[in-house]
Amino acid sequence: MDFFKRHFSVAFLAVIGLVVIAFIGVKANLQLLFGVVIPYLAILIFIEGLVYQIIRWLRSPVPFRIPTTAGQQRSLGWISRDLGEKLDNPANTMQTLGRMALEILAFRSLFRNLRAELREMPETYAGGKLVYWSYKWLWLGAIAFHYAFLVVLLRHLRFVTEPAPAFVNLLGEVDGFIQFYVPTVYLSGIVLVVAGLYLLLRRIYTPTLRYISLAADYFPLLLIISIATTGILMRYFIKVDITAVKELVIGLATFKPKVVPGIGVILYIHLFLVCVLFAYFPFSKLMHMPGVFLSPTRNLPNNNRAVMHVNPWNYPVKFHPYLEHEAAYREAMYEAGLPVEILPESAEKEE
Amino acid sequence: MSKNGDYKNEFGYFAERPQVASKLYDSKYVLAGLVIFLLVIILPLVPNLGKSVPAPKPDLNTPAIMKLPEKERKCVMELEYMRASHMQLLNDWRDQVVRDGNREFTGAGGKKYLISLQNTCLECHSNKTKFCDQCHNYAAVVPNCWGCHLDREKKQVARAEAK
Repeated sequence: MDFFKRHFSVAFLAVIGLVVIAFIGVKANLQLLFGVVIPYLAILIFIEGLVYQIIRWLRSPVPFRIPTTAGQQRSLGWISRDLGEKLDNPANTMQTLGRMALEILAFRSLFRNLRAELREMPETYAGGKLVYWSYKWLWLGAIAFHYAFLVVLLRHLRFVTEPAPAFVNLLGEVDGFIQFYVPTVYLSGIVLVVAGLYLLLRRIYTPTLRYISLAADYFPLLLIISIATTGILMRYFIKVDITAVKELVIGLATFKPKVVPGIGVILYIHLFLVCVLFAYFPFSKLMHMPGVFLSPTRNLPNNNRAVMHVNPWNYPVKFHPYLEHEAAYREAMYEAGLPVEILPESAEKEE
Repeated sequence: MSKNGDYKNEFGYFAERPQVASKLYDSKYVLAGLVIFLLVIILPLVPNLGKSVPAPKPDLNTPAIMKLPEKERKCVMELEYMRASHMQLLNDWRDQVVRDGNREFTGAGGKKYLISLQNTCLECHSNKTKFCDQCHNYAAVVPNCWGCHLDREKKQVARAEAK
């Protein structure tokens, strides 16, 4: 098995295995385990792991600015900077907040994505010309995926709250505005699956990407695609008693958990995959969610030259001055005819 | 150089190992962010914390149902199917009537029914607020039935007023 097959099949079989585990578990009447114990455990691991990882990150000092910037930095007064340059190369807190907002809300750095390709230009370049050109599909796929996921997550608040907040109802109305099918199709669900599949296929079909993709890259994507697929199956095709589902979930949310009978297996598969996602979160690449806030190349103003930065672990250096060096080798240096500052005693005797 | 930063030559160590203070750097901002994140997670749970939210109880006590003998108090399909998939059934009914002109439905027990939301469903379940709305409000579902169909309660009120 080659590198790709090994890494992809591990992730793929893991997701299939999780589905099978949930299926068998519910068939064996372990609703208490899959409906109550595992969800609580997953949330506990999620919060505890998240806090632990962030505290661990906090132990690393970041004393200097890393100006990976594209834009004129603040300089002499007569060198003008437009808004784009201020946001790309911020000099103060407000501008840095602007850069962070662009990064977190609009995925600015993915918008800069380039792709190298060999362009056939037989008249001018034999063998083609290597060009780097803007490639926005990654940005589009990523932003569609993340916002769709956010909308899906917020819509699920209707299971956790009673009564559901007005904005959740509004979100559901906007999301299902095409009023197609029964129950109304939510666009965010479709966008989530399509964008997730794009991000997965991109890893599989681009040779350079496949070369650097590991099981830890495929697994979250496959897991999220499976979660969205089971959710869509449950809403439109293999229906479950939604009132009973809400009873189960709100029981968890009010810390008065109870097993509600009469819920289809598909709900438990969906729930178990979500639990695995939450429990897996703190130990995976998904930590880019809190991590993006702590990116040193994004969240620090580029004031390397304007402000003095002192290395916090500067230690007292023991210098070895020239005179000490000469004192150690004076005789030998003198004999070799090298110039010395102080003549050795033997030389004084000769005189 | 056994350890990072221990630079040794024939005169011995001339630099000590860098001393990096073991502490949480920039903790003021990051911990504040962490607390905000945890609060945002907990926020939706707060209104119902410590309370037990009662499950909805759709009310079957209507004159039409009570009139039926005990054995015949059954819906057009089994309870489990109706709970999970009644919206699908209603949608299929709509398509059958509007597109094929078929107004006959054979139920789970082989009994034939007239396909009609207002005349069949709402005949028995004449109490929309105590039946339909119970679960719909609980699950925050807004079906668009009532955009076109009259709800029986209103009709009865209107009739009563006319009298």
